[in-house]
Amino acid sequence: MKISDLIEKLDLKLITRPDYTDKEVTGCYVCDLLSRVMSMAKQGDVWITVQTNLNIVAIASLTEAACIIVPEDIEVDYDTVLKANSKDVTILGSALDGYSLCVRLGALL
Amino acid sequence: MILYYDLHIHTALSPCADNDMTPNNIVNMALLKGLDVIAVTDHNSAENARAVIKAGEKAGLTVIAGMEIETSEEVHVLSLFPSADAAEEVQRQVYRSLPDAKNPENIFGSQLLFDESDNITGKNERLLLTATSLGITEVFRLVAAAGGIAIPSHVDRPSYSILSNLGFIPDELPLTAIELSKNISDKNEFYKMRPELKKYKAVFNSDAHSLGDISEKINFIDVLHNKPNEIIRFFG
Repeated sequence: MKISDLIEKLDLKLITRPDYTDKEVTGCYVCDLLSRVMSMAKQGDVWITVQTNLNIVAIASLTEAACIIVPEDIEVDYDTVLKANSKDVTILGSALDGYSLCVRLGALL
Repeated sequence: MILYYDLHIHTALSPCADNDMTPNNIVNMALLKGLDVIAVTDHNSAENARAVIKAGEKAGLTVIAGMEIETSEEVHVLSLFPSADAAEEVQRQVYRSLPDAKNPENIFGSQLLFDESDNITGKNERLLLTATSLGITEVFRLVAAAGGIAIPSHVDRPSYSILSNLGFIPDELPLTAIELSKNISDKNEFYKMRPELKKYKAVFNSDAHSLGDISEKINFIDVLHNKPNEIIRFFG
């Protein structure tokens, strides 16, 4: 499934540029401790996190996660959005919490 | 001059600290241990700083007003200020950024306020042991604007530390010093694993929550004067 399908099926908000939404999504990882995400997230994962610090962009790049979903309508720092746009990282937003997102994702993946 | 220091000590205002962490107990224990300068750094508050500074003035110990601010990323940042006024200025911003909730004293412990003679003058009712809504970059900005210095606390620890929560130190952060916890017995071994941290000045503090945990006369800096500003400049 592509990021663009995910956006449509989970009613996600695209926070960054729309250029990379044809990337393939293959799995999901949920964690807010970036030190763990760095070693555990896999290529193609949707990464769900409440962290919005700049470092999420670097970690998504490093792990080659397909995209980041920030749940609960948490506002993403402006600097983080700018950096994500410059590093080709896609950040999506959702009104749902992490659990609800996982339940819906589980049915799709 | 050589100054033996411990720049991370909690008073009984921190709910997790012992209730005998009073201004004079802390000052006298620090003097007993042979320290020249300490900092009081309660969680998201500097309300006991003034009392400890006064107790220190009487007893002949330099006390720096500080705070251990919890950022929105749940990173603990040690913040040291040139004066109690400067600390209280930042404290106002910190209080505005805390959730509107009360400290559950039965779970976390009490948050005691003292005068310089160790009399309990009241309790802080706010929930202090939680994250502010201030991001780490914002905390660094606020502390610097008040003439202070921000130092990420216990960076080697698996919780509430910049490395565990953010993975690595963001390039954008104007960082000059990091705090290493007492879990580190061999600094060189640690630097072998994290060589990129060598470029920062290392601060070794006790993070004492009880009197006996206050640092021994081990860690020192070499500065011109025993004044808060001078110590802030040293790590800046």
